[in-house]
Amino acid sequence: MAQAFFGGIHPLDKKDATNKKPIEKLPPPARVVVPMSMHIGAPCQPCVAVGDHVTVGQKVGEATAAVSAAVHASVSGTVAAVEPRIHFSGVPVMSVVIENDFNDTPCHDCRPPERGADLGAEELVKVLQNAGVVGMGGATFPTHIKISSGLGKVDTVIINASECEPYITSDHRLLLEYPEEIIGGAKILARIFGVDRVHIGVEANKQNAAELLRVKIDEQKAPLVVDMLHTRYPQGAEKQLCQSITGRQVPPGALPAAIGCAVFNVATTAAIYRAVTAGTPLTHRVVTVSGSGVNEPKNLLCPIGTPIRELLDACGGVKKSTFKILMGGPMMGHAQFDMEAPIGKGTNAILAFCEDEERTVEYPACIRCGKCASVCPMKLQPLFMYQYEQAGMLEALERANVMDCIECGACTYICPGRLHLVQAFRAGKQKINNARAAAKAAAEKAAKAAAAKKEG
Amino acid sequence: MDYSELNLIGSSSPHIRTKAGTNSIMGEVLIALAPALCFAVYNFGWRALANTLVSAAGCCLFEYLYRYLMKKNNTVGDLSAAVTGVLIAFVCPVTIPYWILLVGDFFAIVVVKQLFGGIGKNFLNPALAARAFMLSWAGEMSTWVGPRTSTPLWGSFDAVTYPTPMALLHGNDLASLEQMYDLPEMLVGFIGGSMGEVSALLLIIGGVWLIFRKVITWHIPVCYIGTVAALTFLFPRGNDPMTWMLYNILGGGLMLGAFFMATDYVTSPVTHLGQAIFGVGCGLLTVFIRYFGSNSEGVCYAILVMNLVVWIIDKSIKPGRFGVAKAEKLSGLGKKPEKKKEKKEVAGK
Repeated sequence: MAQAFFGGIHPLDKKDATNKKPIEKLPPPARVVVPMSMHIGAPCQPCVAVGDHVTVGQKVGEATAAVSAAVHASVSGTVAAVEPRIHFSGVPVMSVVIENDFNDTPCHDCRPPERGADLGAEELVKVLQNAGVVGMGGATFPTHIKISSGLGKVDTVIINASECEPYITSDHRLLLEYPEEIIGGAKILARIFGVDRVHIGVEANKQNAAELLRVKIDEQKAPLVVDMLHTRYPQGAEKQLCQSITGRQVPPGALPAAIGCAVFNVATTAAIYRAVTAGTPLTHRVVTVSGSGVNEPKNLLCPIGTPIRELLDACGGVKKSTFKILMGGPMMGHAQFDMEAPIGKGTNAILAFCEDEERTVEYPACIRCGKCASVCPMKLQPLFMYQYEQAGMLEALERANVMDCIECGACTYICPGRLHLVQAFRAGKQKINNARAAAKAAAEKAAKAAAAKKEG
Repeated sequence: MDYSELNLIGSSSPHIRTKAGTNSIMGEVLIALAPALCFAVYNFGWRALANTLVSAAGCCLFEYLYRYLMKKNNTVGDLSAAVTGVLIAFVCPVTIPYWILLVGDFFAIVVVKQLFGGIGKNFLNPALAARAFMLSWAGEMSTWVGPRTSTPLWGSFDAVTYPTPMALLHGNDLASLEQMYDLPEMLVGFIGGSMGEVSALLLIIGGVWLIFRKVITWHIPVCYIGTVAALTFLFPRGNDPMTWMLYNILGGGLMLGAFFMATDYVTSPVTHLGQAIFGVGCGLLTVFIRYFGSNSEGVCYAILVMNLVVWIIDKSIKPGRFGVAKAEKLSGLGKKPEKKKEKKEVAGK
């Protein structure tokens, strides 16, 4: 067992609904809606027009900024619209709507780089940006930035196979069904970063995956080592995973590269492998459809941009009493209200709840039990931060290091008084950011005025 | 399938919560108090149960009435008032008149708890503050009956003041105490005293249950009892420090105080280190009052005084910041200038 991170919780993992079900291909959807923004960073610019015929893997959105990643057609067919459409973030986002011709014509531009898996670092960065590879664990940080900013600093490469959120089994199934791709991707990363071995962190509730990986690693003599991790949420949070595997802590406001770590999700690693060896851009991903409200939970391989409705239909629909549909895990996922919203590159699960998962009360009340502080993996004291936020004491809130909060939700999960802690911290962070921006603008204005006075 | 017919909630994550709510935590405390209550009934008769029920009902009633009159939401369901009621009955002699219990209930719920905003907002332990207030009726609060006495449900008692172990310890009369009760009797609770405090053994079992159920942590009870044990062992009165120490920790309200009163979430520190300091502070004050005070027992006031400094403990003891102390050593600050350079190079490429 690896070392531990601070705090953490043990929610029922509920993974047995889907962890033995092989990945199924989703019946091809009639149309897909490919949003220009499925990653952290600048949105893409659409590079196709209405009426154009597109093929699977053809680029439909060009990344124009450094922190951005291209988006591609996930089905072949005709571009029906290029317009803002409802997005999983809840607001309309510029999207390319493709009418499926059900031919799955592959794109001829998708060729692997000349040197294949032996390519250099610069080339890899370019390949990955063009292939639109982003962190597929949910954060969707462009992978090429992670690699380029980590080169020369990283001495520990970690594959994140902890999948610590309840219900989700998409990474688990990938490990079981596509271990070669993951090991292949890890080999590429090891070579690029110049490390002897890559750590792959697997939570103890995925023993069969760990065993399979060990066998494959031995067969191939691959530079990988499987680290078993405690089944504890948020084991898969980047900072916590680094801490579990290396014992190092990421300084406040910094990225794992600051302590010599680079973390890649399992699905991302497989996507890197495919982009490098076959030239395949990121157009499909595995999504777990589960939860008490889903009639027939499944792991589905879906074209990115498929509306949520199609996934739920493929799982026999949802129960009438379903009160919540989530994109992502139950701890950090987003509640969805429009089933036409498409799945994105970071969508690892669609969950529907119809039982008593929520357990909110009308009048939450803090009893100062301190459980929130004892489960906080960032060593914060949510109960005091909540008081500051509610009282509008932004300075005190900032001094309490609210900006360190990773919004994992452990405090809110454990709170017996049923406080909406993370929600308050998100609001508080936003207020602090606004105040900072306002202060900066005021300072600039004052400086300008002072300069003008001098000149005058 | 038509998904527009669903009544979907849109809310902030997380979307699942643990089962344990405030009411189930308070329920665990009530369960943990049950063995001691059963023993009190066995030791002092049905009057013990009647006291407990009257006090718990009184607390719930006052809480309900106050919240109703002030047009606030009803909080009786969180069971914290019931716990307070049971504890008030536990810290009184079994002979206490019902009306004094109800006065104590009123003081605990309305004055100590609700006037400061209700659950989570009071700065004193309501049950102990009520006990301190009820000592205004000094006679009734110190009429002790002996063990294995059947007290009538109604009517007056012969005002026999039966010596409690604490009174004898206070008088430095360990010899007659040893004659009166041996150590097993002290442990199991065949002694005189407040009705819920007598059985150290069953209170320890209840406390261990609470620790096992993760309602409380070991820090406060262990530090509290440990401090009392250490001090009484180091500064015994008499020639036998071990016996003196054991009578001191088994007698009086120490077990009830350490496991059930000092651990009250609202009036104890949040961090484990803070809780340890709080426990040691309670222990120091308890022994101090027992040795030098005019009262024979110090648990109640020790905890109340420590309640008052909880805010200082919480302000001064904070967990270290993630990634600050250690990370500087491990990642090496010398790397920092390099980092910027490289970033530019890569961006330039």
